[in-house]
Amino acid sequence: MSNESKVKIALTVNGERTEVAFAPHKTLLELLREDLGLTGTKHGCELGECGTCTVLLDGTPVLSCLVLGLACTEHSVRTVEAMADGGKLHPLQETFADLGAAQCGYCTPAFLLTAEALLTENPKPTRDEIKDALAGNLCRCTGYIKIYEAVELAAARMRGETAEPSRESLYGQP
Amino acid sequence: MASRKSGRRVIGKALRKVDAVAKVTGATKFADDLAFPRMLYCKLLRSTQPHARIVSIDASAAAKLAGVQAVLTGRDLPIPFGILPVSQDEHTMCVDKVRFIGDPVAAVAATSEEAATAALDLIRVYYEPLKSFASAEEAVAHPEPRIHDYGDTGNLHKLIDLEFGDAAAGIAEGDIVREDLFFFEGNTHLPMEQHAAVATWSPDGKLTLWSSTQTPHYVHRALAKVLELPAARIRVIATPNGGGFGGKSDPFSHEIAVAKLAMITGRPVKITLTREEVFYCHRGRHPTLMWIRTGVKKDGSITGMHFRSLLDGGAYGSYGVASTYYTGALQTVTYQVPSYKFQGARAFTNKAPCGPKRGHGTPQPRFALEVHIDKIAEELKLDPAEMRLKTLVPPNSLTANYLRVGSMGLGQCIEKVVEGSEWKKRFRKLPRGQGVGLACSSYISGAGLPIYWNNMPHSGVQLKCDRGGGVTVFCGSTDIGQGSDSILAYIVAEVLGVDPFHVAVVTADTDLTPVDLGSYSSRVTLMSGNAAVQAAERARQILALHAAKKLEVPGDRLTFADGRVFDSKDPKRGMSFAEAVQWAEAAEGTIGTVGSYTPPRSAGKYRGAGVGPSPAYSYSACVAEVDVDPETGIVRVPTIWIAHDVGRSINPATVIGQVEGSIYMGLGEALMEEMTYRGDLKVVHKIPSLLEYKSPTTLEMCDVITYLIEDPDPNGPFGAKEVGQGPLLPVMPAVANAVYDAVGVRVDEVPITPEKVLKALRKKEKGEVPRFGPDRFPDIPWPEPTRVPTPWEGGDGKAVERVHA
Repeated sequence: MSNESKVKIALTVNGERTEVAFAPHKTLLELLREDLGLTGTKHGCELGECGTCTVLLDGTPVLSCLVLGLACTEHSVRTVEAMADGGKLHPLQETFADLGAAQCGYCTPAFLLTAEALLTENPKPTRDEIKDALAGNLCRCTGYIKIYEAVELAAARMRGETAEPSRESLYGQP
Repeated sequence: MASRKSGRRVIGKALRKVDAVAKVTGATKFADDLAFPRMLYCKLLRSTQPHARIVSIDASAAAKLAGVQAVLTGRDLPIPFGILPVSQDEHTMCVDKVRFIGDPVAAVAATSEEAATAALDLIRVYYEPLKSFASAEEAVAHPEPRIHDYGDTGNLHKLIDLEFGDAAAGIAEGDIVREDLFFFEGNTHLPMEQHAAVATWSPDGKLTLWSSTQTPHYVHRALAKVLELPAARIRVIATPNGGGFGGKSDPFSHEIAVAKLAMITGRPVKITLTREEVFYCHRGRHPTLMWIRTGVKKDGSITGMHFRSLLDGGAYGSYGVASTYYTGALQTVTYQVPSYKFQGARAFTNKAPCGPKRGHGTPQPRFALEVHIDKIAEELKLDPAEMRLKTLVPPNSLTANYLRVGSMGLGQCIEKVVEGSEWKKRFRKLPRGQGVGLACSSYISGAGLPIYWNNMPHSGVQLKCDRGGGVTVFCGSTDIGQGSDSILAYIVAEVLGVDPFHVAVVTADTDLTPVDLGSYSSRVTLMSGNAAVQAAERARQILALHAAKKLEVPGDRLTFADGRVFDSKDPKRGMSFAEAVQWAEAAEGTIGTVGSYTPPRSAGKYRGAGVGPSPAYSYSACVAEVDVDPETGIVRVPTIWIAHDVGRSINPATVIGQVEGSIYMGLGEALMEEMTYRGDLKVVHKIPSLLEYKSPTTLEMCDVITYLIEDPDPNGPFGAKEVGQGPLLPVMPAVANAVYDAVGVRVDEVPITPEKVLKALRKKEKGEVPRFGPDRFPDIPWPEPTRVPTPWEGGDGKAVERVHA
């Protein structure tokens, strides 16, 4: 209830040590959106079914709607707000923007973070490995294809390769 | 930069969307991301009964709960609303009776979501249950008790009977006459964003509503009506939609409830629907039973067609009258149909209301028609691709039901997918368990008529040129992820020769932007695009007048490109775009223009002619390949080839995005997506959740090979036609036809689940008709037909006057 006493914890959010007081029943999703103002993290069901609220907890993708805020004490959380570095987009953000991998953009933060975690573990994933890694995230707009292509292109660039989008993915088959 | 052939610098380029960076950084503010000081949280109490009279509601305990600021019930908002003027059958909260499980009954505003939720538990509603109806067939069989006290008869909301030429005589001219029955199960949009709305009320009598709506103009009208406020004191802002697909196109109870609660409490009020509630809002695909009879010559040409549909509308009208007409409208725009009869009926049932989902009323009949054609081709021993190619509707022609077809690229579409998929090598030649299937489709690029009768434009644009060189475009259109904001920027940038990222876009705000009717019927690129072209051309004219004087060059020799205005014969002679604005502003004052768009008048003049006409029709052809496991009935789709005639791609990358997204959603409808209801009465939603409502993940999604066909249409901006909905339509029939190619059984029902495939396979083993699907169409009390002579009978689009005995 609203008059319930709050608990205070310390955690690292996007690289910054943060102390925050909140009602103890709150999920990490609610903590981020309501108490820390980080509304880049979205929600589609709050039941752990759609993957839209994915954030990284100590580098691992988690569904923030299923994690209690309290459980994040002294842990490290990364959200989409931290992906751009000093005003410069992350390579995944660049390719998602260029290829149209974000249509309505609602599921995009979750896909970006899940993909980032994949590329940290596996810098050169196959298409099937990308599909497996993203299988817990639903997107209703794109049909996923532009998302795979964006992950592949960003992965190549993050490996230091010079890579451009294919003509077919931007202009279709000849 | 400039394409040498066209001279265009922006149109046709795969550019980022103007909001792409906001989307990938999480900066886009969706409705639920908004928060205000002292904001209250709203929750709706929803009916637990499928059909019942409300005897009484006791909300006294809820009102006394700590934190609760206001409670509303139906009697507080007695004025009905609904998207169509003919179906004003919804209330913000039910007044006398509830019509489905999930119907809103009461609303609470409290200082926390928890308090609002707790308050709902304290509201006592006493119901007197009524007999409920779970299917259209039940509603046909039981005229009483009526779910609504309006509608054509009993529990039939709408009955349509239209005849163009003598269809029975036409069908009889066929060398063969084929009759088939099909069923298309209902399914839902499932946008990732749950609907949300926030309202504020200012003591000076001004209401502001932010909402994830596709149609802010219609929400504006509904608020004014139900709240009895002057529209001039209501501001509706559509926030970027986290997916719409048609599911956010109606004015909704929750939008009106938060507005009223803000007026009562004087505080901001927000609601975010739970995922369960999104399933109750629904407005998804109508479950539709269809019967089709066609006469065909040996060469595959159609001599006449008769089509019947029975739609399960759920509990309310919504767009249903239009949906019903749409199940009979577009059969005629792909293959020539010389005479045509359509009978359509929509029933009320006690389930979540159906409405417009991507393709609106067209995927169901298109599924039926394309599978029916596949069966006809087999019966005539014709290749289904060849048969279609021979009977195409010619460009610039009028159909039997008076739809004006302009550009028509279906032939090229078929040729592309046939070649790309190696159709001729594979059709009927693959080993058992593998198959290919082909289907085609067409869709409108915007409805020719508005939702409510008026003579005004369907889309308006205002344009302001800043002396710093920036351009701002204002338009009521709503970006639901399809990229409509970007389309405005690209078009203005092309006409004025500026960088599209120097164009600021202000959209979907009834205080700031001229009316655009909304993001539905695939209308936005064509209509707001044409309005933007007009506004930008007018601005260019003003700028050119003064730049020409200054440069001492004839105005018609000026080119606007690359941020400059210059003499096309001597490009060095010119000025920056900003300087051009400054010269014009010095001479004329502030530089602002307007543009608007009204579709051409429709050729049909009969009652019902309002549904189907469009400024332009898009065309698609699709080949699906399938692997069917005869042991389990599981259908896998490895690849789909799709060619889409988009007229002209304003941005090919976003066009491909729409095509791939359409294929994805069509694949879900083909194989798994369905609104299922359980319980003895079959009116309880089967666990309304993203887990139980199966939709394709990355593991089910197929590869998509996309061909963009550009057959520019004179009615489209730069020739552009629609792409957001059309490419979905051929997927379901292409998959069904491929399943037949793979294992020789017909599943005449969508979705094509493993159980249905197995049942059909078992029938085949027993030597029975190898088919799963409906086997009867109920008797419907059809009205006297409206008879319209076809254009080739000398008709003028009007119905023949009925002779009264």
